[in-house]
Amino acid sequence: MFKILQYSFYDLVRSRWSYVYFAFYLVLGFALLFLNSSVSKSVITLMNIIIVLTPMIGTIFGVMYFYSAREFTELLLAQPIKRSTIFLGQYLGVALSLTLSLVLGLGVPFMVYGVFQSSEIWNFGLLLISGSFLTFIFVAIASNIALKHENKIKGFGYAIFIWLFMAVIYDGLFLISLVVFNDYPLDKFSLIVTMLNPIDLSRILILLKLDISALLGYTGAVFQKFFGTNTGMFASIGVLLIWTGIPVYFINRISAKKDF
Amino acid sequence: MIEINNLRKRFGKVQVLEGVSLEISGGGIFAILGPNGSGKTTLIKSILGMVIPQSGSIKIDNNSIEGKWKYREEINYLPQIARFPENLTVHELIGMIKNLRSQPANDQDLIDLFGLAPFMDKKLGNLSGGTKQKVNLVLTFMFDSPLLILDEPTTGLDPVSLIHLKDLIRKEKEAGKTILITTHIMDFVETMADEIVFLLEGKIYFKGTVNELKKKSDQNDLEHAIATILTEENV
Repeated sequence: MFKILQYSFYDLVRSRWSYVYFAFYLVLGFALLFLNSSVSKSVITLMNIIIVLTPMIGTIFGVMYFYSAREFTELLLAQPIKRSTIFLGQYLGVALSLTLSLVLGLGVPFMVYGVFQSSEIWNFGLLLISGSFLTFIFVAIASNIALKHENKIKGFGYAIFIWLFMAVIYDGLFLISLVVFNDYPLDKFSLIVTMLNPIDLSRILILLKLDISALLGYTGAVFQKFFGTNTGMFASIGVLLIWTGIPVYFINRISAKKDF
Repeated sequence: MIEINNLRKRFGKVQVLEGVSLEISGGGIFAILGPNGSGKTTLIKSILGMVIPQSGSIKIDNNSIEGKWKYREEINYLPQIARFPENLTVHELIGMIKNLRSQPANDQDLIDLFGLAPFMDKKLGNLSGGTKQKVNLVLTFMFDSPLLILDEPTTGLDPVSLIHLKDLIRKEKEAGKTILITTHIMDFVETMADEIVFLLEGKIYFKGTVNELKKKSDQNDLEHAIATILTEENV
């Protein structure tokens, strides 16, 4: 698997887009630190950007890569290599190269700014961890869509819709349901609904760590009350792991049955 | 060597293979013939495990291939359309496949034979169809495997390369290997093939030598023999 991972990784690293993605975070990091002139404020602003942006980039790159690597995949399938190795290798190649752009792109400006000497290092670290989780989750979801649909336009459409749904529509629906069912006890409901969306979950994970109750909102407050800060964090990391595991399992399943 | 039993494959509503049973006992050149859409490529891809059949079994050297991958170490496959990752150079591609298979390869001889040396540092996306096919041939023939599967190997080749290809195939045959070829060029079949497997509408219509097929259809040359079969079937 490592060889396939390596080839997919280099393939992406050589493409212009991973440099653009890397440069974007680099500029963003420096700009935020320059404007806010405080690491902790920058972390909060970054959270809002990362939580929307990493899933989107993961989705687009995931779909694009699996479609454009079709030839490579067919070549590999005729070689003595296990199917699951091919697809998991490609998946990890994409997810890792995107994660690397994120971690290095933001890591460099914050390091220059002295994040290691500041108390914010753990908050910043957690921000990168949840960004990485979101990348792995959404690349996996996008890979599933690309494997399932031969038609590229359809595949792209579904992938973008899933991102839009998770990042924007979901919250809207959630909010409406909270208002409509205002008279009922909604603690458990909102706990479950939050866990069903990795983007919401990452937001709460970071906010719990930052310990800013003003920003937690209703769901965050419920989360904190139910789990407490520490257990809440472990619980949400656990759920994020499940969120990564399920689509990866389906990559394996779908690819095992697919004809090439 | 290859034992196929009642193989069925459906793509959506189209039944491509309708219970193909075939036994190919090692050594020699076997031409798989049939009109477009008769299931030649599907049959080949099923042997390679790229297409997963609905039912039926495929055994190679008495071992079922279902869900296995190790057996492909013993197979060299030439795909019908030479499609490669476009941003790799020829050199990188050959290196990659060698690295992935980690078997000894005589790629340099083949590169010289097909005159690919000037193209080694060019990206695959910039190569012509014929040159891509030559790269395809190098990738296929560079390993020493007992089973070769060639899907339309003559596509896009110039006459000189075609002669080289025929020599290569003959050499492999003399080494006692089994070679499966699909093609639409009957001349190629008449000069090369030991046996013909004729697929029609997802079934094996005929299996035997070129002469037997001519006798069966009462024709003197292979092209007409096959045309006769096809028109008779359509009436």
